[in-house]
Amino acid sequence: MIEGILIGLTTALTLQNILMVMVGCFFGTIIGMLPGLGPMTAIALMIPITYGFDPATGLILMAGVYYGAVFGGSTSSILLNAPGVPGTVATSFDGYPMAQQGKAGKALAIAAWSSFAGGTLSAIYLLFMAPSLSKVSLSFRSPDYFALMILGLTAIAAFSSKGQFLKAMMMVVLGLMLASVGQDSLSDITRFTFNNMNLTDGISFVLVVMATFAMSEALTIILKRNDPTSAAKQVSLTELGSIQINKEERTKMYKTIPRSSVIGFLIGVLPGAGATIASFIAYGMERNVVSDEEKEKFGKGSVNGLSAPETANNAACSGSFVPMLTLGIPGSGTTAVMLGALLGFGVQPGPRLYMTNPEIFWSIIMSMYIGMVILLILNLPLIPYIARILAVPKNYLIPLILFFSVTGIYVMSFNNFDIYLMIGIAVVATFLRLYDFPMPPLILAFVLGGLMEENLRRSLLLSNGSWEFLWDRTLTACILATTILIVVWHIYKTFKRKN
Amino acid sequence: MNINTTKIISLLFFIFSAFYLYTAYQIQVFAFDENAPFNARTFPIYLGYAGLFFSGLKLILPDPNTIKVNFKNLEYKKTGILILIAIIYGATILKVGYFLTTSLFLFASYYFLGERRWILMFSLSFPFVAAFMYLLHGILDIYLRDPFLQSIGVMG
Repeated sequence: MIEGILIGLTTALTLQNILMVMVGCFFGTIIGMLPGLGPMTAIALMIPITYGFDPATGLILMAGVYYGAVFGGSTSSILLNAPGVPGTVATSFDGYPMAQQGKAGKALAIAAWSSFAGGTLSAIYLLFMAPSLSKVSLSFRSPDYFALMILGLTAIAAFSSKGQFLKAMMMVVLGLMLASVGQDSLSDITRFTFNNMNLTDGISFVLVVMATFAMSEALTIILKRNDPTSAAKQVSLTELGSIQINKEERTKMYKTIPRSSVIGFLIGVLPGAGATIASFIAYGMERNVVSDEEKEKFGKGSVNGLSAPETANNAACSGSFVPMLTLGIPGSGTTAVMLGALLGFGVQPGPRLYMTNPEIFWSIIMSMYIGMVILLILNLPLIPYIARILAVPKNYLIPLILFFSVTGIYVMSFNNFDIYLMIGIAVVATFLRLYDFPMPPLILAFVLGGLMEENLRRSLLLSNGSWEFLWDRTLTACILATTILIVVWHIYKTFKRKN
Repeated sequence: MNINTTKIISLLFFIFSAFYLYTAYQIQVFAFDENAPFNARTFPIYLGYAGLFFSGLKLILPDPNTIKVNFKNLEYKKTGILILIAIIYGATILKVGYFLTTSLFLFASYYFLGERRWILMFSLSFPFVAAFMYLLHGILDIYLRDPFLQSIGVMG
């Protein structure tokens, strides 16, 4: 492991890669701050640029963007009460009241330090957990992978949108359907191409991500421009206050950070759960463990109430890399986008990544930590300036998002059919968003579609077409039982809520 | 059954899944693969049934979280114009070239979104695209076809 860490450090600490982390953190923070644009959009916009780099550098850039976007989301939560990312909704519960009391600078500093500490601790957990899980996952067979993908898709559908399980499952199926367009990987038979040569190679992953996130976000913002419920809020950027944290506040954070980081990391590891659930659970737990006096301050600007979700959401970000790197199965929409990018680089994540491409495996883990350090160094002094980005008029912002989306697709294929296809998918996605159909399950399904078919093919061929492979192996049966438990639990919660 | 837009979307998805399933059955497979446990049409057929199942459930089950969209507040006109500009952009980019179409696309988008600060609009379109093009073409070595710049002799 020590050797691996050294390889990772050597790769991550090159001048080019440090520069990439810095650029990633900076742009991620800016994009994440803009309400409606989360890490997924930020990473999607970066994908075409990363194709010019080697896999390790490209991923290091994306990791920087990821952390930057999560921190940026916290900034808009605190200053505007408009979370840029779902994972920072809980941050606004105490961050925004603190900002309203004239302590916005302090709130941002607490958020930055908590994110840093949560990320640092979870990078340490990841360092020890990922290699051992890699070894365990080598015993996985095709039926286990197939079952695991079913679990991942069910879990993301169950957790992605409250009370919208069926909608999310429809999006999962739609994502898998989109992934089935093009040549069959084994027989090369074309499917759903309708004799259109442009579809023979299938639909590009970047195209789907750009259409369903970047472009559709931009269209949704314009469409809802006059909607009073989503009207842009203004903030007085001159009232940021001091960014110094006093001794009493630090003492509170010392207690909150370790427990919230453990919760965040463990929830992040679970497929489909991610930063949003982690931050809510950490907030709820923190409220239960603090003194009655502190409990009263929750929702009114509590330091614990701000520190807990911020620590947990960053820890969950690192946690969500565990299933992606060790099993090749992303635990969240954002890691699904990163998995797609990895596949684009020709790198197949999974247990063998640890052995075949140790420099990529370890440099991602190392760059995460370096990303945290740079995020803190870069963002703390820049808080007052970064906050001004929130004042960028939408008249400029939207066309620029559209520009990056369209250019991203154009430079990949030099084909206007892809531009039309992207516009078509974006229009459908915008309409679906209006009615709360979640997009992350679609992306996750699109990424997993090919792998899922491949593993089902192998399983069915090995079992001569019998579905007994689903319960022949204990591991497969356990994974499927977990999937059934999630569905049953979800149905139970729905009925309980109704009654 | 209470009909709302979510139900209509579910109905459309049901019809789409039925069409997908029909098309999946039409996929031509090799003769020796016809009766194999798994061939090119197996997975799409399962997906078609899954689509019918979930959209069918959504269609028949009561919807406790009905989403109501206030259409009066939606900005159709500007959204439609932006989509139209993007389509025109797609139609002209290969013939005219990246620089001019992208710059005009940005300039027109700013204009139709209500911006009237001409100097800023210009700066964030033509010079901005030129700088971006230099980054892609000049530094990252990504070839960008541009008949317009070639015709005026700027690009080789």
